[in-house]
Amino acid sequence: MTSTVIQVVLPQHLRTLARVGAEISLEVEGEVTQRSVLNALEVRYPMLCGTIRDHVTQERRPFLRFFACQEDLSHDSPDAPLPRDVATGKEPFLIVGAIAGG
Amino acid sequence: MSKVRVLVGTRKGAFILTADGKREKWVVSGPHFAGWEIYHMKGSPLDPDRLYASQSSGWFGQLIQRSSDGGKTWEPVGNKFTYDGIPGTHQWYDGTPHPWEFKRVWHLEPSLTEADTIYAGVEDAAMFRSTDAGQTWEELSGLRKHGSGPRWAPGAGGMGLHTILIDPKNPRRMFIAISAAGAFRTDDGGQTWQPINQGLRSQHMPDPTAEVGHCVHRIAMHPSRPNVLFMQKHWDVMRSDNSGDSWQEVSGNLPTDFGFPIDVHAHEPETIYVVPIKSDSEHFPIDGKLSVYRSRTGGNEWEPLTKGLPQSNCYVNVLRDAMSVDSLDSCGVYFGTTGGQVYASSDAGDSWVPIVRDLPAVLSVEVQTLR
Repeated sequence: MTSTVIQVVLPQHLRTLARVGAEISLEVEGEVTQRSVLNALEVRYPMLCGTIRDHVTQERRPFLRFFACQEDLSHDSPDAPLPRDVATGKEPFLIVGAIAGG
Repeated sequence: MSKVRVLVGTRKGAFILTADGKREKWVVSGPHFAGWEIYHMKGSPLDPDRLYASQSSGWFGQLIQRSSDGGKTWEPVGNKFTYDGIPGTHQWYDGTPHPWEFKRVWHLEPSLTEADTIYAGVEDAAMFRSTDAGQTWEELSGLRKHGSGPRWAPGAGGMGLHTILIDPKNPRRMFIAISAAGAFRTDDGGQTWQPINQGLRSQHMPDPTAEVGHCVHRIAMHPSRPNVLFMQKHWDVMRSDNSGDSWQEVSGNLPTDFGFPIDVHAHEPETIYVVPIKSDSEHFPIDGKLSVYRSRTGGNEWEPLTKGLPQSNCYVNVLRDAMSVDSLDSCGVYFGTTGGQVYASSDAGDSWVPIVRDLPAVLSVEVQTLR
């Protein structure tokens, strides 16, 4: 199976939790989709399990959004291929906290 | 020399306050986990430098943090709280069935006898146990499945299991309380549970004396007399002398018997403390005067304690997990407010000083006496 290195940007609180900087390089195996990216992210940073998607249902937490290439991908299928520029590492996959008060 | 450590959970982070046994000069550390809600922090009685914190946020869900050096450093541990089996439904605010959904951990209670065992009370109400110091969690589902679960309902703050008391003379006996289901007891280490609400009256229910559905706000016990329980209910302060089999009202001369916390003096099992709050729709002290009330007779006869507390224009609340005591010779009493103050009394409540002010809203206060 081929693997690709992509760029992921986490929201500030998750950067603190995972002890990483603004943008991280992440090796993803197989097709680059939301699911494969999050699987790889959680394997490398297990403390992020449950913070981006639900432990059991694997659904995106409601106050988080997924952006890339100036598009909102939050409601795309988790198994849909991410844009080519994300899959080639040219553009980052952005995990963003929604503006929800607080 | 003895030392006191006060663990303060707030709406936007955790703070740790320390002082020597004189309790005059306080050092404030924090915010830890800045920006996150810290519903509760508590230390192990077997290893006081092992602390646990419930960290949560509307964005990122629930985390559990553990420290092994008294809160200097922390590491995230297990945060997977999965209900056992098909969760089923409880009652929603309008009486309709509503699916059980995990939201957050309200309360953490380390075991009194096993160093790596800790209990968690969660919303939607259930009890979980970890036997590996928080790495993994399993539901003690006998509570939720004991039969009355479909009749439990959330209080205004959610349907949280907020009180866990372990009998120091019999670790297999525990008491818990849920808003709004009531109080329950296990005598077999959490496998089976029975509701212990006889004597409670709650006008918000069609049957005010029903077996379950009562909005219990907090229960407290003195470790030397685990069969005697004190309860602050939504309205009414209650007492049981038979491990919760029956309750009697001991509100006595309180100016209002609504409130959230209740606690017991460290050395006087009949001395108890409450913070009267005007009403369930006006969550602040009567006439803007913040007062702790103390009973030295186990209830019914209460005296206001106001020295050092604001007596005008004070409209804060004191939440259910935001009062605690130390066990120094002159018992210290501590409470935090939604205005961000933590008040302490080193003379059992006779006088008070703010040991920190202007924190985010305080959700919980726990005190460790370190010797």
